[in-house]
Amino acid sequence: MLALDPAFLAVQALSGLSSASSLFITACGLTIVFGVTRIVNFAHGSLYMIGAYTAATLVPRLLELSFGPVTFWAGILASAIVVGLIGVIIEVLLLRRIYGAPELFQLLATFGVVLVVQDLVVQVFGPQDILGPRAPGLRAPVEILGRRFPSYELVLIAAGPIVLGLVWLLLRKTRFGVLVRAATQDRDMVASLGVNQALLFTGTLFLGAFLAGLGGALQIPRVSAHAGMDLSIIAEAFVVTVVGGMGSVPGAFLAALIIGQLQAFGILVFPKSTLVVVFLLMAVVLAIRPHGFFGRAEIVGGTHAVGIASRALLPRRHFILLVVIAILAGIPLVADAYLLKVATEILIFALFAFSLQLLIGVGGVVSFGHAAFFGLGAYGAALAVKWYGVSMEAALPLGLALAALGAGLVGAFVVRLSGIYLAMMTLAAAQILYAVAFQWVEVTGGDNGIVGVWPAPWASGPIPYYLLTAALTVVTVLLLKRIIDAPFGYALRAARDSEARAEAIGLSVRQHRWLAFIIAGAAAGLAGGIYAFSRGSVDPSLLGISTSVDALTMLLLGGIQTVIGPLVGAAALHALRDWIMPITSLWRLFLGLSIIAMVLIFPRGLVGTIRDWWGARA
Amino acid sequence: MNAPLLEVWDLCAFYGRAQVLFDLTFRLHAGEVMALVGRNGAGKTTTLKAIMGLVSASARQATFKGQSLGRLPTYKIARLGLGYVPEDRRIFTDLTVAENLETGRRPASAGRSPWTPERLFRLFPNLAEMSGRRGSQMSGGEQQMLAIARTLMGNPDAILLDEPSEGIAPVIVQMMAEAIRAMKAEGVAVLLSEQNWAFAAGISDRACVIERGEIRFQGSMAELMANEALRADTLGV
Repeated sequence: MLALDPAFLAVQALSGLSSASSLFITACGLTIVFGVTRIVNFAHGSLYMIGAYTAATLVPRLLELSFGPVTFWAGILASAIVVGLIGVIIEVLLLRRIYGAPELFQLLATFGVVLVVQDLVVQVFGPQDILGPRAPGLRAPVEILGRRFPSYELVLIAAGPIVLGLVWLLLRKTRFGVLVRAATQDRDMVASLGVNQALLFTGTLFLGAFLAGLGGALQIPRVSAHAGMDLSIIAEAFVVTVVGGMGSVPGAFLAALIIGQLQAFGILVFPKSTLVVVFLLMAVVLAIRPHGFFGRAEIVGGTHAVGIASRALLPRRHFILLVVIAILAGIPLVADAYLLKVATEILIFALFAFSLQLLIGVGGVVSFGHAAFFGLGAYGAALAVKWYGVSMEAALPLGLALAALGAGLVGAFVVRLSGIYLAMMTLAAAQILYAVAFQWVEVTGGDNGIVGVWPAPWASGPIPYYLLTAALTVVTVLLLKRIIDAPFGYALRAARDSEARAEAIGLSVRQHRWLAFIIAGAAAGLAGGIYAFSRGSVDPSLLGISTSVDALTMLLLGGIQTVIGPLVGAAALHALRDWIMPITSLWRLFLGLSIIAMVLIFPRGLVGTIRDWWGARA
Repeated sequence: MNAPLLEVWDLCAFYGRAQVLFDLTFRLHAGEVMALVGRNGAGKTTTLKAIMGLVSASARQATFKGQSLGRLPTYKIARLGLGYVPEDRRIFTDLTVAENLETGRRPASAGRSPWTPERLFRLFPNLAEMSGRRGSQMSGGEQQMLAIARTLMGNPDAILLDEPSEGIAPVIVQMMAEAIRAMKAEGVAVLLSEQNWAFAAGISDRACVIERGEIRFQGSMAELMANEALRADTLGV
């Protein structure tokens, strides 16, 4: 068997080491930035991508002027410095304003940067992939046990420990490093000693972005710079930092080594599922050590106790409810087929966002992978139709059941965690499912997904399907609302506001959160199932990060502290999308800027802002 | 003793909607030790935090060396020469003793001999033997010494010292008292928050009794010692 050939094993191990090095250099920057600022910087992957694009563009020009290894490495370094400066700009313009914000807002705002950079990179560097030059002096492969191995990879293998050593020296032997490590532990105390945190944070962002840029720039002889490398590296870098312990540089090194080898050899065992292996590692490590290898309990993200508050019941609320139902039922009388399709989608996503509201607004459980259950519901329904030929009436509950089951499994892990680890774990769960849907082609159809998922004859056509969606959405939202206002909902809110106090009065916080996770997952699964039948198909993007972020954006847009917020947010986001998308190709830029603006200007969302304004007038 | 070093007037602070400090007005002069005394929860710690700008909702009217603290961020207040040692000490436990001292280092104002690790080790001999040790491996008393030494590294003109005797062994409390006298001898003013009455009485020139966020008494320590009725009422001693 090929796998037992020692030369093959050696080469495989070496390539594992070289990818571990690249991964470490990037993840090291992420973990340092998190340690000091407590912000999980989604845009770190974007900085990596900018590093690759910059180097792939800059280095060939420099080599034309003067060909040689010195020029090559100087170009790589210059690219990393450029990225470091971009990191400084991001810190000064954005991060500085959200250090005290809830972690959910921090994640969303930096994801806004991801969207902005995606469009800007295409504008600046063009839509095509850019393959960088090979490193002068390192073009010939070396022979290892009779097998050829690229000599550049050997340099990369050395680069990881070199960077580790330099970062170690910087953190141990310089005043800047001592202050960074002190700030990692206690920011207020550092300020009380007269240290200007703003400068310290800006310096940290430079260092972190420089490392991301270096990680990206070092890739150019191996892979071409391409759009999409941001999200793939950020997912892996998240895993490395979480497994190693957020804020721990040695932890990141160890985790990168393990993940590099897992990927190199995992590909022999599960040829298609390297992503699954990586995320499973994270799930296992977090289940055993909830703060990673070297992470600590006290290092958590920003506050997360934002959510809906108790308020007096509206007078005439039954009347208002009847009016809303009447309006929903009346829409088919005035709307054409296209508008009905839009209205159907809005209702589906309103339900999806509302289910997330139960977790975040009520439970304080900041899930960053809620798309997992939306997608499970959609895939559950679609698979039931495709493989067992069941009808829509049976497929929808099956999808819901699969989502509830998935939420039960994921939730059992997740409720043991808190803060940023919880957000990362939910993200990982969604990414595992995404990888399964993407790579298990025989069953899920892979990238193409599953087609031919059509509703039952009585429900097909825009009007009947819209009415079905409206009925299911209204009923489920009312049910969820009932749960929120029940003692169960109060218990969740108590645990959100103070876990220790909730435990002290005898509430089992984990059990309540687990139940909430299952209920929210089931509701999201129902939304996913309805969505599958409305489009007639499913594909892996339903499980992707951007679907999760869509739900979060709707929640944030509508207002996280209100019950009605998600519904308004879903409508607003859809309206924006339908209005903006046709007029510009820079949709992501616009969406990203909107998310950032919302976090900075309207952190209470549309409904919350209007309510505040109304309250101030009254 | 004419111009006060630190002057605070009408200081108010809020946690959420609850007001915890009501119009506190007091002065700290150069080279003196003043104690804020009062029962647990009276507002002593909050007073110190509010001066440093660490309480988000406070009406802060204060000057230090004639400069308004107004809306200054914490680090600028510290840079004016106002040191702060919090009650839970907040040693950087991952850092060694020497590194902890490094975090506090700031240049001394002209004409004063700066505090160095060597001088501080003479003040706190226990620390001298453990300069490579991590904060996490120190006893509470050693951490307290380190916290004070770390703040002295910034060469402050005044130190806000929160509960220095809390939770440490009696023999170390004695060393704290000596350290505070030594600081005073160096010309460093100390504003002390203390629940340990005997400790406060032994080292302070003046006292300020706080009860439920309001000042009940302000004057010399000798006066407070003499006023047994007030002490029994507000401090229970």
